[in-house]
Amino acid sequence: MKDKTIVSSSPHLHDVTNVKFVMWNVVIALLPALVAGIIYFGFRALELTIYGVATAVITEALIQKLRKKPITVTDGSAVITGMLVAFNVHANVPWWIVVVGSAFAIAIGKHAFGGLGFNIVNPALLARAFLLASWPTRMTSGWAATKFGQISGMNLENVPEKAMELVSKATPLGVANMLRNKDVVTTIGYDNAHSIYTHLTDYTTLTNLFWGNIGQCIGEISAFALLLGALYLLILNIIEWRIPAFYIGTVFVLVYIFGGIDGIMTAPLTFPLFHILSGGLFLGAFFMATDMVTTPITKNGRMIFGIGAGVLTVVIRLIGGYPEGVSYAILIMNLFVPLIDKYTRPKPFGEVKE
Amino acid sequence: MKLKSFIGGVHPKDSKEYSKNSAIEPMGVPKKVVIPLSQHIGAPANPIVKPGDRVKTGQLIAEPSAFVSLAMHSSVTGKVTKIDMFPHPGGYQSMAIEIEAEEQDEWVDLVDDTNYLDLPVEEIKKRIGDAGVCGMGGAGFPTLIKLSPPADKPIDTVILNGVECEPYLTADYRAMLERTDDIISGLKIIMKVLGAKQGYIGVENNKPDVIKKMANLLKTEKELDVVGLKLKYPQGAEKQLIYACTKRKVPNKGGLPSSVEVVVQNVGTAIAIYEAVRYKKPLIERVVTVSGQIVNNPKNLRTRVGTAFSELVEKCDGTKEEIGKIISGGPMMGFALPNLDAPVSKTTSGILLFSKTQAKSLDEHACLRCGRCVDACPLNLLPSFIASAVKYKDWDMAEKSGVMDCMKCGSCSYVCPAHIKIIQWVDLGKNQITAMRRAAKS
Repeated sequence: MKDKTIVSSSPHLHDVTNVKFVMWNVVIALLPALVAGIIYFGFRALELTIYGVATAVITEALIQKLRKKPITVTDGSAVITGMLVAFNVHANVPWWIVVVGSAFAIAIGKHAFGGLGFNIVNPALLARAFLLASWPTRMTSGWAATKFGQISGMNLENVPEKAMELVSKATPLGVANMLRNKDVVTTIGYDNAHSIYTHLTDYTTLTNLFWGNIGQCIGEISAFALLLGALYLLILNIIEWRIPAFYIGTVFVLVYIFGGIDGIMTAPLTFPLFHILSGGLFLGAFFMATDMVTTPITKNGRMIFGIGAGVLTVVIRLIGGYPEGVSYAILIMNLFVPLIDKYTRPKPFGEVKE
Repeated sequence: MKLKSFIGGVHPKDSKEYSKNSAIEPMGVPKKVVIPLSQHIGAPANPIVKPGDRVKTGQLIAEPSAFVSLAMHSSVTGKVTKIDMFPHPGGYQSMAIEIEAEEQDEWVDLVDDTNYLDLPVEEIKKRIGDAGVCGMGGAGFPTLIKLSPPADKPIDTVILNGVECEPYLTADYRAMLERTDDIISGLKIIMKVLGAKQGYIGVENNKPDVIKKMANLLKTEKELDVVGLKLKYPQGAEKQLIYACTKRKVPNKGGLPSSVEVVVQNVGTAIAIYEAVRYKKPLIERVVTVSGQIVNNPKNLRTRVGTAFSELVEKCDGTKEEIGKIISGGPMMGFALPNLDAPVSKTTSGILLFSKTQAKSLDEHACLRCGRCVDACPLNLLPSFIASAVKYKDWDMAEKSGVMDCMKCGSCSYVCPAHIKIIQWVDLGKNQITAMRRAAKS
């Protein structure tokens, strides 16, 4: 045995976690949302997810082969990106949208910056922004309804005839956004607008939002399934509570304060609840705003990141033209990460003033 | 009792079950000892013997060469054979005195002052200095210096470190169980020397038997207390222990415990102090834990300083399988050695043997920026920033991220999912920056 032992720097023990452990557990945590997608949209949801994952894995392997780097597709990070790209489109988009998006995410979002650990924004969200800019109509219309309900999640019996055309094709956030448009409100009448608003935030709609019986992007629909996955990651200590808590909390508070629509409604507690359950907030807050590579490394930084993303999301949803703001909010905050890290350095233990 | 602790830290498996139930066993007198002249922080000792000299057990063989230095004594009776470069338990070669032992163990004259607590402070300090006592927890700081704070910095609290937060090690645990009274006597001596009013013994709650025993013994002692601490690494780091016991924060950038009026000593050191003061017995032996999954009979051995690692391993009946890694000290901060040739020094707390599988080094990935290292760092530094700054030779950034404050506890490397060898980068950074500072001075 002489001189054949390993001589390395301390420590000589290591925790069980490694990159694979982290990444594959995120994949596991995304599965409930996938199951919810399959339940509500049928196998089309699974099909698109498989396209997304396969494209991501193949693209990564190809790029690494071309760059003569070790092929690391088994670490699970490409699988996550592929899943997230598919989770960010609705079930009626053509298959090639997912393929193009997924390839873009891996090639441009991830490897153009140097691969895992070096990308500055979340690759899946960058792909979503790219798809929205390239095929806006395909991405934001033609929403699929679930097998058991309506796109908006509302009980359409309660919707006045005049507004049926508009409401029946819109997502929950789409309806909410519509009610902010003065022209639309004038056309359908204030009373009707008020009635729609009431039903948008009633028990039926909120329940549908919670379980996922709404027409949104595949992975966004079920708040319940996303919470299940998030809980799993929190217990395993893979994500940290600060970003999701401050993100969702900020959205809730801001919508409560500023969410009222002149003449139609004030913002009771149900409206902030509606806002946090709809759109991509849960998927974004728990699975994309917690992407460790593109978020602050310090605790206070994560707090600021969450609040910032919350403010931007509400600004886009309530003031901007888009009904949904989660992806842009996170993308913008991703760019602030180096700055946030710089100004939120923890105070060293026992620091003395100089 | 509410358990106290510190901020940050990690939870490695404590793995003490292998050796915790083995009572301290005498290793016996080896055939040969190699006594390094540098077993401590400070200048190496000056040899005062030459090859051919006959020395007794406990005889002074090298004297302190500077203010911060340490006396060395022969740990056997025999003949000095060589003064030369020998392997050091720190993983390098250093000057040492080799002594061939005779079978008959002949001690220098010892005394027995039962009224040792009544001795004048100067005499107590002289005996501690003469006995060559240094911190036995790891760093090996000469105890005499720690017990001589500047007059303008009074000490009000003494903390004995019985945490032993390094996994596997049980030497202090056994000593605390078997020599509880001597430890308390040592604490009283230290407090007398420093004029301290409060004494604590900090013990982690994975040693409830020790906490109970000490609490019972200290019931009547108003000034002494055992402090139960949460099982968390590095609970035994000096600053973390002081914070847990007193809520005082030792200043960073080289601040010493004395600036918050505290002195910390290891429990093993307390025993050495007690023996030095009562018996004038020099520090020539210590308890060493020999452990690891592959060791046939893990033990806690009372070992003469200078005994080769290989002899201790033999005493434990060798290993079940091939050795993959040899660690001098604990698994979190100890040194990996290329072989078992190094001798036990005054600061060798353990010898760990890992199997080939345990020793397998993990591939380094790119940093995921997950922030686990930041959460784990007990000093609130930014370990991943330090690692990347050193990697890209941005020394300014490395300093800003706290590289010089780092105590190398290894918590960050332990939790890093990307297996980045942060401590290795820290070492490189510390050395580079120290060298640059020196160059700037001259």
